[in-house]
Amino acid sequence: MQQMQPARLFKSMLRIRRIEEALADRYAEQEMRCPMHLCIGQEAIAVGVCAALHPTDRVFSNHRAHGHYLAKGGNLNAMLAELYGRATGCCGGRGGSMHLIDLDVGFMGSTPIVGGTVPLAVGSAWASSLKQSDQVTVVFFGDGCFEEGVVHESLNFAALHKLPVLFVCENNDFSVYTRRNERQPDRPIYRLAEAHGMAAFSGNGNDVEEVLNISSEAIDNARLGRGPQFIEFRTYRWREHCGPNFDDDLNYRSTQEIESGMGDCPIASHAAELTLKDASFSRDIEKYEDEIRQEIAAAFEFALSSKKPTSEDACGKVYA
Amino acid sequence: MPELDMKKRTINFSEAIREGLDQAMEKDARVILIGEGVPDPKAIFNTTAGLLDKYGKRRVFDMPLAENGMTGICIGAALGGMRPVMVHQRIDFAILAMDQLINNAAKWHYMFDGKATVPLVVRMIVGRGWGQGPQHSQSLQAMFAQIPGLKVIMPTTPRDAKGMLISAIEDENPVLFIEHRWLHPIKGTVPEDYYQIPLDQAEILHTGTDITIAAFSYMAYEALSAAKALASMGISVEVLNMRSVRPLDIDSVLDSVRKTGRLIVADTASRAGSIAGELISQVVENAFDALKACPVRIASPDHPAPTSQYMTEKYYPGPNTVADAVVKLIGADINPIDYANLLATLRSDRPHDVPNNKYSGPF
Repeated sequence: MQQMQPARLFKSMLRIRRIEEALADRYAEQEMRCPMHLCIGQEAIAVGVCAALHPTDRVFSNHRAHGHYLAKGGNLNAMLAELYGRATGCCGGRGGSMHLIDLDVGFMGSTPIVGGTVPLAVGSAWASSLKQSDQVTVVFFGDGCFEEGVVHESLNFAALHKLPVLFVCENNDFSVYTRRNERQPDRPIYRLAEAHGMAAFSGNGNDVEEVLNISSEAIDNARLGRGPQFIEFRTYRWREHCGPNFDDDLNYRSTQEIESGMGDCPIASHAAELTLKDASFSRDIEKYEDEIRQEIAAAFEFALSSKKPTSEDACGKVYA
Repeated sequence: MPELDMKKRTINFSEAIREGLDQAMEKDARVILIGEGVPDPKAIFNTTAGLLDKYGKRRVFDMPLAENGMTGICIGAALGGMRPVMVHQRIDFAILAMDQLINNAAKWHYMFDGKATVPLVVRMIVGRGWGQGPQHSQSLQAMFAQIPGLKVIMPTTPRDAKGMLISAIEDENPVLFIEHRWLHPIKGTVPEDYYQIPLDQAEILHTGTDITIAAFSYMAYEALSAAKALASMGISVEVLNMRSVRPLDIDSVLDSVRKTGRLIVADTASRAGSIAGELISQVVENAFDALKACPVRIASPDHPAPTSQYMTEKYYPGPNTVADAVVKLIGADINPIDYANLLATLRSDRPHDVPNNKYSGPF
C-alpha cells in the first residue's frame, strides 16, 4: 500500500478548499463565465483516492471535477485560466470548469454528461490490459449516475474482462436538487456494483484516512489483476448544485441539515486528529494557509493576465 | 485512376472489407475489432471471417448488447492508445450510441484543445429489402453528418471499401463507415496490396456533358446503370460517386455542374433533411449562374420503410427513377418508343426486394 503523509493529505484538502472558496468569492465579478460545480465539503474523496494512485495511473471525472483534477496533480494555473476562458487554459478556453484535462499527470478529462465518462474509463483500462501495462484507471461519478444505463453497461464489461478500473461513487444524496429517495429505491449502491460481479466497498467519504485505506486496497487489487473495484463513499455537498452560493433559500433542504453536513467537515476533523497527535500541527496549518494563499494569488494573476482567444480561434481543432 | 501498377483482381465488397481489416490488423497491433457477431459463424456477412483465428481473442471481440457503453469503452480504448473498429450489423443499433458518438467521440479533440484524439472507426450497415422494415433499413447518414468532429463516409465500390476502410483506421478522428447491405455482393477490381483512398474525394464513375448525377452509396450503381442506358439515346450523363458525406466534396460537384449545368442528387435516405438537400443548397449558393434548371433530389419517401414486399415496391428509387428524372430535367426531344425501350432494358428481371437473383434470404 502506498503511504502518504497525513500532513500532505491535509494540505491537499485545504488547498482544494481554499481554491474553490477563492473561485466562489470572485465568481460574482462576471469574469468566469461558465457553469461551476464546487466540491466544497467533498475534498477527502478526491485527495484520499488520488493519494493511492501512481503518477502514471489515469483519472476520468465529471462536471464536479476541480478536486479530482487538483488532487491528481493538475496544473492550477491552467485550470484557473480555463475558468476565465483564456488561451492558456487547459482546454484553451474551449472547455471551462466542466471540461478539465491535464495529460501530463494522467488526468484524462472531465465532462458534464452524467455517466458519460464511465465507459471511457473502462476503455482506458481495457487499453492498459491489452498492452499489459500495470496502469489503473479511476473514474469519479455521483449517485445520480446509477440511474444511467451506460454505467451498468460499463460495469458489466469491466467485470466480464476483469479490467483494472476503480469506480468511485461519491454519494452526496443529491442529483441537482433532487434527493436520492425520489430517484432510486432504498438500496446500497455498492451492492448493485457487487451484483455485477466485482469487489465493492463502502466508506465514510469525509474521513480522508479511511478513503485512502479503502482506495489503496482496491487499487492494489485492480493492479494485481483481480478485476474492477467499486467504492461508494458517503459525503455531503455544502453549496448549491451549480454556482458559488449556499442555497438555504431554495428550501429543498433545511438549514439544520446543511449545518449538520458542514459539521462533518473532512478538513476540520483531520486537523483535529493531527493536532491531537502533535500540538505543533496548528502552526503547520498557518504555514500551509500562507503558502496556499500565495499560490492562489499567483494563479489568479496568471489567469487574468493571460491572452484572450478570439472568435477566429474557435473554428480550429475540429479534426485532428 | 492510377491502377496500372495494381493487379487486376476481382472480389466482392464484403471480401474487400475483410481483406482491408486483415491487412490493417497485420500492419498495426493497436487495431482491435469488436461488435455483436464479429466472431460468430456468420461473421458480419463474411466481412470478419477468419480474423479471430488469425489475431486471437485479445483483438477480435464479441460484445455485450450495450451499444452506448461499448462505444464509450471503444472511445476510452482509443484515448488509451488502441485503434478500435466497432461494427453494427444494422445502423439502426448505432442510434443507441448517439450520446457517446456525439458528446464524446465527436468533441473530445475539440473540447480539450487538440490534446487528445479519438481514432475510432464505427462500421454501420444499412439494410434494405427482404422485409428489413422500419427498424432495420434506415439510411441515417445525414443525421450523423450534422455533427462537427465526426467523419461520415459511404464507400461504394469494392475498391473504395478496402481503401477507405484502411484510411479510416489510419485516421486520427472518429470515422463512421456506412455500408449499404446491397453493396456486399457487388464485385469489382481490388488491388491486393495495402492502399488508401482519401476520405474526402468523390470520383467520376461515368463522364458526361448534359447532366450531373451526384450519387451516394448504392445509388451510384443505379445512376451508373441509367447513365449507360441513356447514352444509347444520345444523352450524356456524368455520374459522381460521392464516397463521403462529411466532409462533402463540393468542389467535384461544382466542377461537374459548371460543365453540365444540371444536377440530380441521388441519395439512399428519405428526402427531408437529407444530405441531398445539403448538397443542392451548397451548389445553389456557389454556382447558381451555372444552373440551367432546378436541381432535383432522388430519395426515398418521407415515411419509414415498411416490411411487406407489396408495400416496398415503390419505396426505393431505381435506375428507372433516375432515367425518368434525367429525361424530365433535360427536356430533350425524346422518341417515346426509344424511351419505352430504354426503360424496359433498365427494368430488372429480379424481384424488387433482393440485390440479385441468387439471393434467397434470410439476410
